[in-house]
Amino acid sequence: MAHFDENAKPFSQKWLDERLAVSTLKRVLSTEYWIPKNINFLWAMGMVLAATFGLLLVSGIMLLMYYKPDVNLAFDSVNYTIMSEVGYGWLWRHIHGVGASVVFLIIYIHMFVGIYYGSYKRGRELIWLSGMLLFVTFSAEAFSGYMLPWGQMSYWAGMVITNLFSGGSLEAYGLVEWIRGDYVPGDAFLTRFFMLHVLLLPLVIIGLIVLHFGTLRIPHVNNQDGEEFDFEEAAELYKAGKVKESKVIPFNPVFLSKDVFVMGIYFIFFFYLVFYHFEFAMDPVNFDPADGLKTPPHIYPEWYFLWSYEILRPFSKDLGLIAFAIAQVIFFMLPFLDKSPNVAPASRRGLFKYWFWIMLVDMIILTFMGKLPPQGIWNTIGLVAALLFFALWIALPIITKLEKKL
Amino acid sequence: MADNTKGRRDFMGMALGGFTALGGIGALYAMKRTWDPLPSVKAAGFTTIDVSAAQENVLNVEKWRGKPIFVLKKSKDMKPDDRDVIVGSDRFLVAVGLCTHLGCIPAYAADEHKFKCACHGGEFDASGHQIFGPPPSPLEIPPFKVEGTKVVLGEEGPEYKKMKEAGLTA
Repeated sequence: MAHFDENAKPFSQKWLDERLAVSTLKRVLSTEYWIPKNINFLWAMGMVLAATFGLLLVSGIMLLMYYKPDVNLAFDSVNYTIMSEVGYGWLWRHIHGVGASVVFLIIYIHMFVGIYYGSYKRGRELIWLSGMLLFVTFSAEAFSGYMLPWGQMSYWAGMVITNLFSGGSLEAYGLVEWIRGDYVPGDAFLTRFFMLHVLLLPLVIIGLIVLHFGTLRIPHVNNQDGEEFDFEEAAELYKAGKVKESKVIPFNPVFLSKDVFVMGIYFIFFFYLVFYHFEFAMDPVNFDPADGLKTPPHIYPEWYFLWSYEILRPFSKDLGLIAFAIAQVIFFMLPFLDKSPNVAPASRRGLFKYWFWIMLVDMIILTFMGKLPPQGIWNTIGLVAALLFFALWIALPIITKLEKKL
Repeated sequence: MADNTKGRRDFMGMALGGFTALGGIGALYAMKRTWDPLPSVKAAGFTTIDVSAAQENVLNVEKWRGKPIFVLKKSKDMKPDDRDVIVGSDRFLVAVGLCTHLGCIPAYAADEHKFKCACHGGEFDASGHQIFGPPPSPLEIPPFKVEGTKVVLGEEGPEYKKMKEAGLTA
């Protein structure tokens, strides 16, 4: 056993250090976790996401106390009990609903910032992969949560998305019925998605967040110029008091003050939505109770899934499923498809700068087409945008291979 | 001596690994079975529909195993089809009312004698054949048995078996 100071007062700094190494923890996790100086506000999105996840967790716990996972009770427990009876129940629901939608906006920004600055490249592949795993798990979390109010959109989204697992012409209906626990989405379906939403998936997400933070530790955060430098050397300079000469700053309290500022701006926007425009995250169709005998005239997912939903639509069933499946996982491949040796902002690279903006615009077009009804010209634009999406991924290794070393 | 210890350790390792794998497989099987549909869900399988009062070209939607069932009495101007369910002298379309693409319920346009699915634009004719859009197959025909003027869903009658052998049900 280690040596303990008998004179240390219980719960004093020394007493805690001897039992918990609190000083070491603080150093490793905050005051000596080094962040490059030349990064802009877009690097604060990670902490914005962590804070939003915290809000989702707290509001979710509040909702969980009154929600009833039963097909006969779920709709009213949300739309009557929580919204009208529970004190401030509406607040938790609006925070939860708006948070679930906005978290995807921030995730997409976080992802595209990483793509723009090449933060997924050489040495940082695991940061990218763990981040993509988080994205996929968040998607499953959002989908399972969308089921719970058991409105019309919940029911039919459940129907359509679980039917994806029939595997097209493979006709794997057994698998669909196994996932649902019934021939159609019913009680078994609701209760198991409830379990996934409130227990299993949040556990996975928390684990993945820890992993995602862990993957940052060795390669460190990228910076605005993609510059590679010796973090230990820079840290020594900082610790020696040469703060100006050093290229790094400690995460806490120096960089965190910037994070907190960005979060402050973000929360103004967030709570503006919560209090004045919560309806943007609440589809009106979902205020009709689920009815297995009536499909709403036009069904669509929430905005953050529209681009991949649109990739499914213009093709035949099998081709559509394959395209959809590829679209779900292709971003995982990014570090391996980008063959360029450069870690630099897209603007300083070769054809990649066009690739980046075309990809972004194409995904925005797919998003709009996914929301519009599948008719006439929209079908054609959707098809072209979907084909362009795949063409871009095929082109990526070729155009990045051509890139000259900076 | 050293070799002997290694042999023992390897044996212990393999024995432990073997039992762990066995327990793991057992646990996975139990989890798989837990997610299977309950017996009560599987048993709620029969629905009887009386079609004697049906009107021509008016779509009736019944419910069987939670799914909508389209029952459409064909009028004289509609093409007869091998998939029609014949009750007495009348021809009926009896089909699961879920689009074979991703499972939405198509709406019936009575004047055009067509089913149109809003979700992905699929269309079916009055015999349930896909005529436009992404659906890969005709509307599925549920197991049925004709009893007088009644159709029992969930039971495979001789007419259904004949259709199934001819590959017409899906």
